[in-house]
Amino acid sequence: MHKLLRYIKGYEKQALLAPLFKMLEACFELFVPLVVASIIDTGIKNADTVFIWQRCALLVLLAVIGLTCSLTAQYFSAQAALGFGTALRKDLFRHINTLSYSELDGIGTPTLVTRMTSDINQVQNGVNLTLRLLLRSPFIVIGALIMAFTISARLTLLFLAATAIISLIIWLIMRATVPIYHQAQNGLDRVTLLTRENYVGARVVRAFARQADETAAFIETNDHLKSIQVRAGRISALMNPLTYLVVNLTVIALLLLGGREVDTGTLTQGEVIALINYMSQILVNLLRLADLVISVTRALASGMRVNEILNTQTSMADPATRTLPTDSGSDAVCFQNVTFTYRGAGGPSLTDVSFTAHSGETIGVIGGTGSGKTTLIDLVARFYDAQEGTVQLFGHNVKEYGFAQLRELVGIVPQQAMLFTGTIRDNMRWAAPYATDEQIWEALEIAQAADFVRSKPGMLDEPVETAGRNFSGGQRQRLTIARALVPKPKILILDDSASALDFATDAALRKALKDKTTGMTVFIVSQRAASVQRADHILVLDDGLLVGDAPHAELLKNCSVYKEICLSQLSKEEVEKTL
Amino acid sequence: MSKPKSKAKLNRSTIRRVLALIRPYTGSVILTLTLAAITVFTTLLAPVISGKAVDLIIGPGQVDFAGLAKLAVAMAATILCTAVSQWLMNVVNNRITFQVVRDMRVKAFEQLEILPLKYMDAHRPGDAISRITTDVEQFSDGLLMGFTQLFTGVLTILGTLGVMLHIDWRIALVVVALTPLSIFVARFIATHTYSMFKVQSETRAEMTSLVEELVGNEHLVRAFGYESRAEARFERVNLDLQKCGVRAVFFSSLTNPCTRFVNSLVYAAVGVLGAFAAIAGSLTVGELSVFLNYANQYTKPFNDISDVMTELQNALACAQRVFDLIDETPIVPDAPDATVLPMGAGSVEFEHVKFRYAPDIPLIEDMNLRVWPGQRIALVGPTGCGKTTLVNLLMRFYEINGGCLKVDGHPIDHVTRDSLRANLGMVLQETWLKSGTIAENIAYGKPDATREEIVEAAKRARAHSFICRLPNGYDTVVAEDGGNISQGQRQLLCIARVMLRRPPILILDEATSSIDTRTEVLVQDAFEELMKGRTSFIVAHRLSTIKNADQILVMKAGNIIERGTHDELLAKGGFYAQLYESQFAKA
Repeated sequence: MHKLLRYIKGYEKQALLAPLFKMLEACFELFVPLVVASIIDTGIKNADTVFIWQRCALLVLLAVIGLTCSLTAQYFSAQAALGFGTALRKDLFRHINTLSYSELDGIGTPTLVTRMTSDINQVQNGVNLTLRLLLRSPFIVIGALIMAFTISARLTLLFLAATAIISLIIWLIMRATVPIYHQAQNGLDRVTLLTRENYVGARVVRAFARQADETAAFIETNDHLKSIQVRAGRISALMNPLTYLVVNLTVIALLLLGGREVDTGTLTQGEVIALINYMSQILVNLLRLADLVISVTRALASGMRVNEILNTQTSMADPATRTLPTDSGSDAVCFQNVTFTYRGAGGPSLTDVSFTAHSGETIGVIGGTGSGKTTLIDLVARFYDAQEGTVQLFGHNVKEYGFAQLRELVGIVPQQAMLFTGTIRDNMRWAAPYATDEQIWEALEIAQAADFVRSKPGMLDEPVETAGRNFSGGQRQRLTIARALVPKPKILILDDSASALDFATDAALRKALKDKTTGMTVFIVSQRAASVQRADHILVLDDGLLVGDAPHAELLKNCSVYKEICLSQLSKEEVEKTL
Repeated sequence: MSKPKSKAKLNRSTIRRVLALIRPYTGSVILTLTLAAITVFTTLLAPVISGKAVDLIIGPGQVDFAGLAKLAVAMAATILCTAVSQWLMNVVNNRITFQVVRDMRVKAFEQLEILPLKYMDAHRPGDAISRITTDVEQFSDGLLMGFTQLFTGVLTILGTLGVMLHIDWRIALVVVALTPLSIFVARFIATHTYSMFKVQSETRAEMTSLVEELVGNEHLVRAFGYESRAEARFERVNLDLQKCGVRAVFFSSLTNPCTRFVNSLVYAAVGVLGAFAAIAGSLTVGELSVFLNYANQYTKPFNDISDVMTELQNALACAQRVFDLIDETPIVPDAPDATVLPMGAGSVEFEHVKFRYAPDIPLIEDMNLRVWPGQRIALVGPTGCGKTTLVNLLMRFYEINGGCLKVDGHPIDHVTRDSLRANLGMVLQETWLKSGTIAENIAYGKPDATREEIVEAAKRARAHSFICRLPNGYDTVVAEDGGNISQGQRQLLCIARVMLRRPPILILDEATSSIDTRTEVLVQDAFEELMKGRTSFIVAHRLSTIKNADQILVMKAGNIIERGTHDELLAKGGFYAQLYESQFAKA
C-alpha cells in the first residue's frame, strides 16, 4: 500500500496541512463546552453581563476560526486528493501500455478498465476522506476525553467505559453484518444473472414456453434476497438505539455522580453541563468514524487492486535498437522449430513449427478452433515470445527489432473488427499518423471499402461511433483491413477477417490484394477452405502441429487433415472442381 | 418511451404509483409512523429531564439528591422507551422497504417475459438489467431513508419548536429566525456547485469512454504502436478532470463547515440570550442547557431533510425508470378464441405476407410461399439479407403487418403462441444456454423428461460422448460465459434440446465459422438426424446443405429474389449462380 503513497508527490504540503487544519478546527470545537461552562459558572452566577458578552464574542470567534481552518483544510485536501488521483491514473495508464499480451491475457482488459476508472476514483475519494475526516473524529474523541479529564479525573473513568462500550457495540454490529451484506451481494448478482439470461435468451424461453417457470424461479431468488436483506437490516437497526442507550445511561450516571461532587464542591454546575456536552460529541464522532471506516476500507481494497496492476511487470521490454535493414530479397518470415506455450497453460499451443514465407507470397493458414492459427501469427508480430526456436523477419530475429519498426513492418487485421470513436480518417491513421488522404483512399480501394465510404456524406470525415456501431459487420471488417493497409506494411496478416463478407466481396478483396500489393507478404488465416485455396502455400495446423505446408492441390493429395477440412465444407465434386 | 412531462407532474404521478406499491402494507406504515412519533417524543423529553436534573445540582450543599434519583429513574425509563421504539421502527421500515422492492422487481421481471422482441432487439440488455437491479436498489435506499428520516425529521422540528416555545418564546423565536440561514447557505452552495458537478461528471464520462475504448482494446493499441498517442489523449482528459475535480470537490465540501458555522452562531446567540434570561430569573440554568442542547440539534433535522429530499428525487427518478419499463406496451395477448394448434404434419404457407421493422422502410412486401410437410428449405444470401426475419415471423416473435401466415392451415394469430411454438423447433447460431446443469438444459423444453429420455436425446444429437467426458457428466454446471464448453458443443446441446421435443417443423441456423472441424461434422450429423421426416427451414452457408434442399430461397435485402433447386438456379445464371461461381471459379 505504501507504494501508492508516492503519488502524493508534489502535494506533500497540502497532504500535511489538510489534516493539521482539521485538527485545529476540532480543537476550537472542543473549547466550546468549556466556554459555556464558564458562562454558567461565572457569568450567570455573578450576573456579570460584560463577561457574558465577552464569552459570546469568544464563541463567535471560535466559530469563525473553525470555519477558516475547515475551509483551508478542505481546499488542501481536494488539491492533494485530485493531484494524487491524477498522478496515479497517468502512471497506471502508462504502465498498462507497457504490458505485453501475456500479462494482458492474464489480467483481462475489462478488469483493467474498472481499475483505471472506478477503482482509482474510490482511492481518490478515500484519500480525500482520510485527509479531511479520518483524523478529525478520533482526535475529537480523544480531545473530549482529555477535556473531561481536566474537568474531573474521576468522572473520566465513566467516559472511558462508555467510549469502550460504544466502540465495542459498533464493532460487533459491523462484524455481524459484513458477511450478511456479502450474502446479499451474491443474491443480487443472482438476480442480475437471471435478468440478463431472460433478456438475452428471450427467444428460447418463449420458444419453449417457459415464461411462467422462469418467473417463478426469479420470484424465489428475489424472496431469498429479501430475507437476507431483512436479516441484515434487523441487526444494523440495533446500532443507533444501543449507542443512544449507552450514552444516555452515562449521562444519568454523570448527573448522579456529578451531583455528589457538586455537593462537596469539587465540581460546578456548568462543568456538569460541559461533561454532558463532551459525551454527546464522543457519540457523534464514533458513529461518524464507523461510517468512515467502511468507506476507507473500500478505498483500501481498490488501492490493492490498482497496486496489483502496478506490480505486474512486463515480460517483454522494447529492445529500442536502431532501425534494422530489411532487404526485400531475403525471406519475409522464417520459423525455426518454434514451440510456444501460453502462460499457465497445460501444454504447448504450437509445437516445433518450422516454415518459410518468401517476400511477396500469399500464405494461407487453416485449421480448426484451437489448432494454433492465431498463436502462429501472434508470434510473427511478436505479441508473444516463443519459448523454443526462433522467429526471423527479413533475416533478423524478431527480438532484435524495436517495437516501432516492428509495428511498421507487420500490419494486422484482427478477428474482431473493432473501430474507434472519431472519424474514418482518424481510424485510418491509427497505424500511420501522418498518412495523406490519397494513401488512405488507396487502402480503402484495395479493402473494397472505397465505395461505401464515398457514399457517406462526410466521406473520410464521417464520424465513427463507439466500436464502429454505425457500420455493418462487413463494412467494419473492410475498414479494419484498410486501416492495416494504409502504412503499406511489408507483411500483412488477415486473421479470419473476411468472415462477415459475402463470397463475392471476399473474392474481390483477395484479387485486389494480389494485384495491388506487389511485394507484400500476406497471411490469410481462415476456417473456410475457399478463402485459402488459392494461396501460394497453405499452412495446415492440427492441435499445434504443422501437418501440411504446400499449395492446395498438393495438400489435397498428401494431407489428410486438409482433405478432411475441405470435405466437411464442400462436396466431393466441388473439391475436384477447385483443382 | 415516456412522453416529455413537466418534472413536477412526472414526480406527482410517480409518487402516486409508489404510494400504490406501498398500499398493501398500510398497517405496517401506520405502525412505523406511531413508533416514529413515540421515538421523537421521548428523544425530546430526555434533555428536558436532564435539564431539570441540572437545576437540582446548584452548588455545594445545594443538591437535591431525592429529586435527582426520581429524575434519574424517569430519564432511564424515557431513554429505554426511545431505544426500543427506535429499534422497532427501523425493523419495520426495513421490512416495508424490502417488501416493496421485491414487489417492484417481480413486476418488472414479469414485464420482461411479455415484452415484444421488437423492444428487446432495439434495446441493449444492460439497460433493462440496470433498471431491474441498480435502479430498484437505488429506489430502495431512497425509500428507506425517506421512511426513517423524513417523518422523524419533521416531527423533531415541530417538537423542538414546541418545547422551546414553552420554555422561553423569545429565545425560541431567535432560534427559529436564525436556523433557516443554514438552509439558505446549503441551498446556495448546492445550486452553485451543481454546474461544477455537471462539468465534472461530463469530463469523467469522457474519460471513462476513452479508457473503455483504449484500455478495453489494449491488444490493438499494442498492435498498432498507438501507445504514445493514447497517452497524450488520456493525459489531456486527465488534466481536465483534475482541474474541474478540485473545484467540484472543494465547493461541495463547503456545505458541512458552513452549516456548522451558522449552527455555532445560533448556539452563541442562545448562550447570550439564555444567560441574560437566567440572570433576569426567567430561565433556570437547567433550561438553558436544554436550549443549548436543542440549538445544537435543531439544524440537524433541517440538513437531514434536505439530504432526504435530494435522495428522494433520485429515488423517484429511478422508480420512474422502472415504471417506464413496466409501462412498455406488452405483446398482444393471444386472441380470446385462440385455439390450441395440435402437433401437425408441418405445412407452412405465406400468403401475401407483408412485414417491416420500421414503418417507413420497406422490407417484405408481398411474400408467397408454400411448404409441404417434410420439405427442406434452404435460405441463402449475404449477411443482413433477412434470413432471421423469416425466423422471427414463423415463431411469431414479430407480428406480420399484412397477409396471412399459416401453419398446418391455421393462421398463426388464431392459435395460442405456446401451441404454435410447440410445433416449431429452433436451433440458432447464438446458442443460448441457461445457467444450470447440462441435463436441465437439454430438458428445457420438456422439464418432466426422465434421465433416460435426456440421454437418448443427447445421443441422437451426437452430444452424449462429450458430455460423458465432462467432470460431472450430465450434472456438470454450464458456466455463465460458457467457458467450460466450446461453441460447437453448445450447439450440440441446443440440438439435443429440440430433439427431446420432436416438433414437426424445424428452423436451423448453420454456423458460419467458429466451430472446429471435428465438432462441425458432428453438428451436421445431428442436424441430419433431426431433420429426418420433418419440415425444415435452414439458414445455410454450406453448399452441401444447400444442394440437398428441396427448395432454395435466395434472399437479398429482405426479399426472395430467386427460388428453385440448385440446378435450376445455376441454369438461370442469376445472383445464386454468381455467389456459387465466386466461391469456386479459379482466380
